[in-house]
Amino acid sequence: MARAALLLAPLALLAAAAFMPAAAASIGDATRGATLFQRQCSACHRIGPDAVNRVGPQLNGLYGRRAGTVPDFPYSKSMARMGSDGLTWTLETLDAYVENPKALVSGTRMAYKGLKDEAQRADLLAFLRDYSDRPIDIPEAEPTARKTLPDLAPEILAIEGDAEYGAYLSSECSTCHQRDGSDRGIPSITQWPAEDFVIAMHAYKEKLRPHPVMQMMASRLSNEEIAALAAYFAALEE
Amino acid sequence: MLTRRIFIHSAVAATAALSAPRVLGQTKPRVVVIGGGAGGATVARYLAKDAKGALDVTLIEPNATYYTCFFSNLYLGGFREFDSLAHGYDAIAAGGVTVVQDMAAGVDPAARTVTLAGGGVLPYDRLVISPGIDFVEGSVPGWSLADAETMPHAYKAGPQTQLLKAQIEAMPQGGLFCMVAPPNPYRCPPGPYERVSMVAHMLTQMNQTAKILVLDPKEKYSKQALFEEGWQKHYSGMVEWIGPDMGGNVVEVRPGSMEVLIDGEVQKVDVCNVIPGQMAGAIAAAAGVTDASGWAPVDPASMKTKADPNIWVLGDASAQGDMPKSAFSANSQAKVAAMAIRAELTGSKAFPAKYSNTCWSLIAPEDGVKVGASYEPTPEKIASVESFISQTGEDAALRKATYEESLGWYEGITADIFG
Repeated sequence: MARAALLLAPLALLAAAAFMPAAAASIGDATRGATLFQRQCSACHRIGPDAVNRVGPQLNGLYGRRAGTVPDFPYSKSMARMGSDGLTWTLETLDAYVENPKALVSGTRMAYKGLKDEAQRADLLAFLRDYSDRPIDIPEAEPTARKTLPDLAPEILAIEGDAEYGAYLSSECSTCHQRDGSDRGIPSITQWPAEDFVIAMHAYKEKLRPHPVMQMMASRLSNEEIAALAAYFAALEE
Repeated sequence: MLTRRIFIHSAVAATAALSAPRVLGQTKPRVVVIGGGAGGATVARYLAKDAKGALDVTLIEPNATYYTCFFSNLYLGGFREFDSLAHGYDAIAAGGVTVVQDMAAGVDPAARTVTLAGGGVLPYDRLVISPGIDFVEGSVPGWSLADAETMPHAYKAGPQTQLLKAQIEAMPQGGLFCMVAPPNPYRCPPGPYERVSMVAHMLTQMNQTAKILVLDPKEKYSKQALFEEGWQKHYSGMVEWIGPDMGGNVVEVRPGSMEVLIDGEVQKVDVCNVIPGQMAGAIAAAAGVTDASGWAPVDPASMKTKADPNIWVLGDASAQGDMPKSAFSANSQAKVAAMAIRAELTGSKAFPAKYSNTCWSLIAPEDGVKVGASYEPTPEKIASVESFISQTGEDAALRKATYEESLGWYEGITADIFG
């Protein structure tokens, strides 16, 4: 028993240490956001079941909505124009608007001086997000968390030329790209020269190559992860 | 052969139970996987492949041949043969997985055993449950599973899919096809609407005056603008969609007389596709890992259940947060689960969990669209961090490329799942 425990300890430690992933950051604390909403917004805005327009428009389904498009609400010309120009409410645009409304929409009727505290804005945005489409039902709905920027993850940057890591990461690729080199509908990446692979993936990452699935996949790979994948696929036997 | 194998397992389990912890006993750590679909077959195959003999992996699946629910709409539309949806387990077995053709009847979490309908008992160190969906009884008043021979759900691929196609083909000229769409959350968010497109395509070939009626309890659904644009363009006047504000949420069916009541108003129908409300496959509840919602809550970083540290739940049956219930999601989750289980049992490296999903839908011949997102674990859930969707008004060449991409994806993911 004692021997077993000794044997087990390093395994457990190793597993625990390895499980320190760079988790995505939640938008903020929706509970604190609810309190903020009550204090700062609810005099003019309604949200939740049966919410209707008051001084301001109702805020259900806000995320992903084109600005100035709630039916029967008398928007300022400025807000209506921003909507027709393409302003859509997302984490980023809402954050800017709440921070300083007139800086984003110069002629807005919203008489609110803005919320300067970044953490408080995050909490408020998290609260508002709970009243928009859920991604489990509508996959194209706006995100509910901020993505991890791979360049900011030092524990991943530290893994250099790790072939095992490349093999693991490749399981996401092989969902579509067949390892045996078949290329019907989706191109083969097996035995692709490493340098070409790296150039292509960075082109997707910078959105210079136009494919949305590949842009999405590449956008969250660090330089080292791309190198690991390139090395893995270049040497893969058909 | 199977019986002997199971007997050997049981004997080993009896011995191992005497020495704790079991994973360090004489035998290899045992992983049992229930369900040979996109989640279960993937996790079994990846565990056997990556552990290189260090794990004893068993897959329990009642069917010798698996028919994928994904792409079964394309069979309905006449774009694929039924046999093209069929996949066997030979390659998975050849990869070192013991494939047991039986039904898991029960789980004893304290004893760490799975009981089979055939009577065998399989001990495990880690258990993965990937049973897909079952239907919520009473979800559509007037309909129960016994009525599926008259009003098919066709939401688990197999004979139900063939029955629905045969019914559509036998519809009288100018007849009415009715779909009762499911409430959230359910398997494959765009699935019912791709199906409407495929049925419409089939009817334009053989029954141009037929109509399609969709009764929906939801105000919105995935890819809605794309489907509406496509129905208008390809099947103008054929599809009528009734949402909750028009009674789509107050629906009762009468299979005996082939009638549907919409907010009390009787409508005679020729074919009725009832897709009921859904929950985790029954074995997940039997294992005690589901909650009041009917789904199994899991740790977003590993897919391990919150209820039992030795049990994982994958795919449709799991409650993980933002990922839609799809084969792509299940396959993606299975790879994270395989890595996490292997790390626990063999001390192999574990890397940060990454998840993704893409759903392609076919609206008409060579008119394909897609929606997708990438996901990362937060402390609370698997969260969507980026998403994309095809746009309305895209040109025909792009739509054709999207369709061809979906064909490539089917070949790729089925090779990834089944070997």
